[in-house]
Amino acid sequence: MKIPENLKYTRDHEWIDDEGRVGITDYAQESLGDVVFVELPQVGQVVKTGEAFGVVESVKSVSDLYSPVDGTVTAVNEALNETPELINQDPYNQGWIIQVDVQGYGEELLDAKAYQQQVEGE
Amino acid sequence: MKTTPLTAWHKEHGAKMMEFGGYDMPVEYQGIIQEHEAVRHAVGMFDVSHMAEFLIEGEESPRFLDDLVTNTPSQLESGQALYTPMCYPHGGTVDDLLIYRIAPQKFLMVVNAANHDKDWTWIVEQAQKYPSIQLIDVSEETALIAVQGPLAKDLIQPLTSTNLDTLDYYHAAFDVPVNNINVHLSRTGYTGEDGFELYVKADQALALWEKFYELGVKPVGLGARDTLRLEARLPLYGHELSEDISPLEAGLGIFVKFDKTDFIGREALWNQKTTGLTRKIVGITLEGGIARSGYAVSNAEGKPIGVITSGSYSPTLKKPIALALVESSYAKPGQHFSVMIRNRAVPTLSVKTPFYRRPI
Repeated sequence: MKIPENLKYTRDHEWIDDEGRVGITDYAQESLGDVVFVELPQVGQVVKTGEAFGVVESVKSVSDLYSPVDGTVTAVNEALNETPELINQDPYNQGWIIQVDVQGYGEELLDAKAYQQQVEGE
Repeated sequence: MKTTPLTAWHKEHGAKMMEFGGYDMPVEYQGIIQEHEAVRHAVGMFDVSHMAEFLIEGEESPRFLDDLVTNTPSQLESGQALYTPMCYPHGGTVDDLLIYRIAPQKFLMVVNAANHDKDWTWIVEQAQKYPSIQLIDVSEETALIAVQGPLAKDLIQPLTSTNLDTLDYYHAAFDVPVNNINVHLSRTGYTGEDGFELYVKADQALALWEKFYELGVKPVGLGARDTLRLEARLPLYGHELSEDISPLEAGLGIFVKFDKTDFIGREALWNQKTTGLTRKIVGITLEGGIARSGYAVSNAEGKPIGVITSGSYSPTLKKPIALALVESSYAKPGQHFSVMIRNRAVPTLSVKTPFYRRPI
């Protein structure tokens, strides 16, 4: 299970990088199984920490995507409309989901080490 | 939670596990889509040891079974199997099951794991009227491995002296060795593919499973079992069939034989048939989300007309498919509906089922 050092994480298994790109973790994609549909927000949509901004569906399950920060969506990964499995194949790069102009942090994010400890406890 | 003789193997081989029908069962090993495709294009195996098996013996057993279920077990030859619903007097479904005729007065019934206790109680109660009937619950001592896919026959043939070319669909050979292990070998399954189900003594299941694994058969979990059966439009109890859904509503009319003398539920089902069904199962495909069981279905004008009974992503069609129980007037292919997915009305089209039919 990959947990890159340079990212910040939520307890709900999203990651965010310095550029405001958001996705779900390797652990999350592995738990979901084959991702077959992603419901993306619109560019310009306002997101709030801990609130759902989209949905990811695997063959067997439906999961909300929660924003790690407060901000505005500046880009969405359109490639996921045609190729949702990018989330399984490359969750930290090609499988990114949205990019956010960060306006605030509603709660403290976890570093890689703290996130790993959380996952190991699950 | 109950385990099967293979539960430990599944865990050792990295399966994701979940509770199903009271058992700790594998959902997937490598991924549902990959496992689904293995069954469609090659061969896969399922641990379905959670299914429950009852032996029914006695002089009156053919008559008892004809009374108990909607199909006609009395017409089976020894070595034949049939699929049948079993109904309540009001026409709702107790369960759907397989019945094998082992000998003229001996049958084996295979029922859904989740319905084990309910079915057993129901059957024992119905058997009171038939003093010669003996019922034995052999679920605990019986494991079941399903080997399914276009390569299933070629894989099993070298392991047995039984000529599989002469073992027709829905036929079985009892007490035959496969890899020197005695099994009840039947050409049945729940995937829409050719395949076999091997009933084996619980303590010999692991040896047989490992032999298949060594030969390259991919283990397949309940996740792909569900997508495979849905593509083939095979009903799942608790979804397309239930205490509140009759076999006629589920589109299983060919397994309801009104021409036999009587059976439990006959009158109610006959009334449904003659007055016309108010609702039926229809197949739909959609884009823009996956319709899951319980989601509401409306017509083009937004009027509620039914509910999704099963829905998933179809790995073969590469899009979402679903079955919905809708008002009968909407149960024809080619109609436009909406499914409410997260408060959005997603347009759908009703289509002919099965969604997938295996090439001949």
